[in-house]
Amino acid sequence: MIRALALLLGLAAAPLAAEEIVLGLSQDEVAITATFDGDDILVFGAVKRSAPDPGGLDVVIAVSGPLLPATVREAERRFGIWINTASAAIDAAPSYYAVATSAPLAEILSETEDLRQSITLPRVIRSVGTGVDSPADFTDALIRIRAGEGLYSLTEGAVDFEQDTLFRTGFALPANLIEGNYTIRIFLLRGGSVVDRYDTVLAVQKVGLERWLYNLSQELPAAYGVLSLALAIAAGWLASAAFARTRR
Amino acid sequence: MQIYLPIAEISADALLLLGIGGIVGILSGMFGVGGGFLITPLLFIAGIPPAVAVATSANQIVASSFSAVLAHIRRRTVDFRMGSVLLIGGLVGSALGVMLFNLLLSLGQVDLLVKLCYVVFLGTVGALMFIESVRALRRSRRPGARPVRKRHTWIQSLPLKIKFRVSGLYISVIPPLLVGVSVGVLAAIMGVGGGFIMVPAMIYLLGMPTKVVIGTSLFQIIFVTAFTTMLHAVTNQTVDIVLALILIVGGVVGAQIGARLGARLGAEQLRILLALLVLAVCAQLALSLLLRPAELYSIASGFGA
Repeated sequence: MIRALALLLGLAAAPLAAEEIVLGLSQDEVAITATFDGDDILVFGAVKRSAPDPGGLDVVIAVSGPLLPATVREAERRFGIWINTASAAIDAAPSYYAVATSAPLAEILSETEDLRQSITLPRVIRSVGTGVDSPADFTDALIRIRAGEGLYSLTEGAVDFEQDTLFRTGFALPANLIEGNYTIRIFLLRGGSVVDRYDTVLAVQKVGLERWLYNLSQELPAAYGVLSLALAIAAGWLASAAFARTRR
Repeated sequence: MQIYLPIAEISADALLLLGIGGIVGILSGMFGVGGGFLITPLLFIAGIPPAVAVATSANQIVASSFSAVLAHIRRRTVDFRMGSVLLIGGLVGSALGVMLFNLLLSLGQVDLLVKLCYVVFLGTVGALMFIESVRALRRSRRPGARPVRKRHTWIQSLPLKIKFRVSGLYISVIPPLLVGVSVGVLAAIMGVGGGFIMVPAMIYLLGMPTKVVIGTSLFQIIFVTAFTTMLHAVTNQTVDIVLALILIVGGVVGAQIGARLGARLGAEQLRILLALLVLAVCAQLALSLLLRPAELYSIASGFGA
């Protein structure tokens, strides 16, 4: 909160365009602990004006996880069983992507502006030279599967936009988050084009034991393997000793 | 209660995972099998990525086999010499298996390979075990008729013979080595200890006395699964220690309950039940290969992508 307030004050002092976004976040960090079960992020802010409000303003907020390559595979029936045949290499797809708007997206965002700002998912996902005839099928499948897992979402009208000035919305981050910097982009739109844009970053990272184990498994895999085996042997020995005693 | 698994990078229900460990523990206590063949598919169903499920099962089996082998060592029912020969084969097989696993991971065919292996092996072993136990059950109702076991086969004529004192055998090292290799490959690909293949192979192929078979198989399984765990940890970073610990805790408790339940049922009934269980898992997996999947596309990211 304090940080958000400081941000507000800092921006107020700067010289302004006609309409500018001032933003607050309920938190600027998400810690993945052992009992992490998803998290709710509140994004709120205001439109700062140096001239009277001409009206017709809308807000679009997009939260994006790290962009990572992915492989999408298609199953086909061969010899009576279903096996993976074709596969498309997607260069970069966000691990998480959520868009919230103050009105139906098609009415407030023009195709060219979407292309310029990469707001909707098909514009965000990059796939060049996938090596398949119909790359769109594979990108659609990627979006469909991740949407089913709650990783991709578009909620139109989820942004509360009061008196064309104050806006707020919440994002529910799912439990199966991956680490990285999540970008939050806020767009002010009028007549299909972007009036102002504000970017900020939300850091998502594992903390404590989770972080230590993950780093160990990546940096010293042999030590990690030995540790897992030592734990397994210790657990097996303990169990045997404990139950040998109860039998006596 | 949700718990975040640091390697699988998903949050799963800890009680569900404890339950999976527990059920498999009960079965392994009742039937004397490692239960790896059940734990891997159950983890798939719980939403754990297949690569993590396979690698972590191997780690869990190390714990359960170690716990069980201690009891067998106390009873002197472990043939260390035979175990070592099987082990040499097993380590070779395990290395081959992990290589094959990684190759197929990059080709996107791991799911298919794992499922096919399960269907073929569970189907064969389940059917054989079922027929054998039904026959044994019938025989036990007509006392006097004893099974005739073939003593001299082609296995007796192979070179490089060694004395296995505890097993009371004098046979070539080639068949145990081959059994070891094939079980090692399976351990790496399927995330199983391979007891359900090795035990019948030791009894019917090598002619070992039944009382030393389970202890010796467990002895060998510890090392092969430990080796597999290391290989998966080093090459794929897919062993999830938190997941393994939850499964181990559930399994340890379940195994004790299972051992007590098992003592109340007859040996033949137990084997028929186990055979039916194996066949049921096999049928479920076979169906998933034959029926049209609800989603024809799948995403591979992170693990091996």
